[in-house]
Amino acid sequence: MNDFAIRVENLGKEYRIGQPLRYKALRDTLTDAIYSPFRRLASLAHRASLSNSIKNDAYIWALRNVSFEIRHGEVIGIIGRNGAGKSTLLKILSRITEPTEGQAKIRGRVGSLLEVGTGFHPELTGRENIYLNGAILGMSRREIERKFDDIVAFAEVERFVDTPVKHYSSGMYVRLAFAVAAHLEPEILLVDEVLAVGDNSFQKKCLGKMGDVAKQGRTVLFVSHNMGAITQLCSKTIWLDAGKVEMIGASDAVVRRYLSDKKVAVPDIALDARANPSSPMIFTRCWLADPDRIPIAAVDVTAGFLVGLEILIRKPVPDADVAVRVYNSAGQLLFTAVSTGSEVDVRTLSPGKYALFVKVPGAFLAPGTYSLTIAIHRPNISVLDFHEYLLSFRIEESGSPMWQYRGGYGDILVHFPWEYVQLKSED
Amino acid sequence: MTTREEKSIQLSETTTSEILQAHELDTLIIRPSQGWVALRLGDLWKYRELLYFLIWRDIKVRYKQTVLGAMWAILQPFMTMVVFSIFFGQLARVPSDGFPYPIFAYTALLPWQLFSHALTESGNSLVANQHLITKVYFPRLVIPLSAVLAGLVDFGIAFVVLLAMMSYYGIVPTIAIITLPFFLLLALATALAVGLWLSALNVQYRDVRYTLPFLAQFWMFATPIAYPSSLVPEPWRVWYGLNPMAGVVEGFRWALLGQSGSGSPLVIVSSLVVALLLVGGLIYFRRMEKNFADVV
Repeated sequence: MNDFAIRVENLGKEYRIGQPLRYKALRDTLTDAIYSPFRRLASLAHRASLSNSIKNDAYIWALRNVSFEIRHGEVIGIIGRNGAGKSTLLKILSRITEPTEGQAKIRGRVGSLLEVGTGFHPELTGRENIYLNGAILGMSRREIERKFDDIVAFAEVERFVDTPVKHYSSGMYVRLAFAVAAHLEPEILLVDEVLAVGDNSFQKKCLGKMGDVAKQGRTVLFVSHNMGAITQLCSKTIWLDAGKVEMIGASDAVVRRYLSDKKVAVPDIALDARANPSSPMIFTRCWLADPDRIPIAAVDVTAGFLVGLEILIRKPVPDADVAVRVYNSAGQLLFTAVSTGSEVDVRTLSPGKYALFVKVPGAFLAPGTYSLTIAIHRPNISVLDFHEYLLSFRIEESGSPMWQYRGGYGDILVHFPWEYVQLKSED
Repeated sequence: MTTREEKSIQLSETTTSEILQAHELDTLIIRPSQGWVALRLGDLWKYRELLYFLIWRDIKVRYKQTVLGAMWAILQPFMTMVVFSIFFGQLARVPSDGFPYPIFAYTALLPWQLFSHALTESGNSLVANQHLITKVYFPRLVIPLSAVLAGLVDFGIAFVVLLAMMSYYGIVPTIAIITLPFFLLLALATALAVGLWLSALNVQYRDVRYTLPFLAQFWMFATPIAYPSSLVPEPWRVWYGLNPMAGVVEGFRWALLGQSGSGSPLVIVSSLVVALLLVGGLIYFRRMEKNFADVV
């Protein structure tokens, strides 16, 4: 049975590099026109050595040979690093930009949410913006009229419906913008990271709405960096890397593989020993690793991780102590792990280079962004080496029951026993 | 509206959409376009509500946070008319085909203001709306078109002043006034035609933005606004129609003031020029359209 909603065949999109400049002034074209004969001569002369590398230098494939099929009612996640081609794929599927090669077939009405509040005008009131934004997203006027009250209620802006949105707080603005988008009811919905807005309670509401949409049997393509949302909402996930499909499969499996992928920018910082030539003990490197000591980019909340520290001991220091401090995203100190009292006693190590590992258990730090500070010191006497907020890392949600509490939960996951005593019977 | 009516609307809508879902899910094929592309003006009809809302937005926003508000729609042509009447009419004694100079100038300034606003707005429209172009799909033609059409409200307001002036000078329009919509359309088509070329160029070359004010100024002097086209020697006058706005302005004077003599050949030339410009503009715009989101 051939009941696909989206079928993508060998899709590719080529961009010119130098695109960050974004537009050319006529002057550039004129100078190009003047210089190009010379350039052409030069390139002819170099042809033997350069061959066709000129073309390869000037263009880049943002997406290449991407093929997949999505059936009606499936909710598909798309993950990948920045620049992996996720947004390009959505832009092609929503017809904002044309592919360079290949084709995509889409069955059903498409609604795309690449951004919330597209076309909002600050001078217009909330009411007017609902109509304008709704029309831009492809709703008919009658459809908007019918959903108007729901939209206003969802956004919680009843009292300000006739106030220009430029007077809205940023939270209200985002809520209203998302509310309009959330009431779009296409058969196929393309969503790009729009949930990365608003405060935590609103994000939760948005995720809930996404879940509803998924349950209504619509086809959803959902780009996100929020692995928790991906694993909870999407049955299947496509992992894009450098414009190609790296993996397609069940969300859990793909997310797990993605998080342990070495190519994903690994927080790994080399420290120059020459910066601190006189200290007897210094750090030379700091990184994160999984429990098997393999460097990782982001940490799965359930798995636990190691902080790797490479130290150079020039000469032993009798009372030295190595400390790792972990801060939450607000910069508050959560805890300090010290080597003194552990199995590693740096006081006894002979001169040389060592890798130390501090193990932070799984299901301990809640999903979120953390940073760490490392120090070698002689407590209350002197500091031998010190790097404040040296690296930051993310603890990624991977489907724990806490995923809906994003941020509102606190930084430490606890599993405390509860008890109860019945005080009175109600019969 | 009663709730029952609401319900019935909702019901009928859901059933139609269900039927649609069950029977004809139209398949959209996205692939690279090659060579000549169809104009697909039918798409424009599908997106007419968006066109309406964009026009409505432009009108709503135009005079927000101004003290005089829509008065500006009157003041701009009116003050220009006053200045022209003093310098060209009184001091330079420019002939005005036997009509009072103020009304002679104002009948020309009306379509001119409509045109020059429409030209500037549509020329800048794609760049001004780049946040839409890079985030949502719709026929891009909607954007310059809405920029052109939004000027009609200002035109309507300024037109009321013209009627007041005509009654002040005791000028009764002849039957020719029924041709006015045609000349209005011609003015809009000229603005759209040039706006299509310029807005698409503007996406690639921002020089257009700086060229627009000059273009509008030069064009104004090349159009018989402050002077009558009868100043142009007779054998050349038909070729004067190569400037479509000459045809528009002559047409306005003819339709409103019943001015005779300067007439149809010039208007025919103008109409042909506009038709060519417009078709060319549409084709060029459609060809460039696919790159807008990448380049803008």
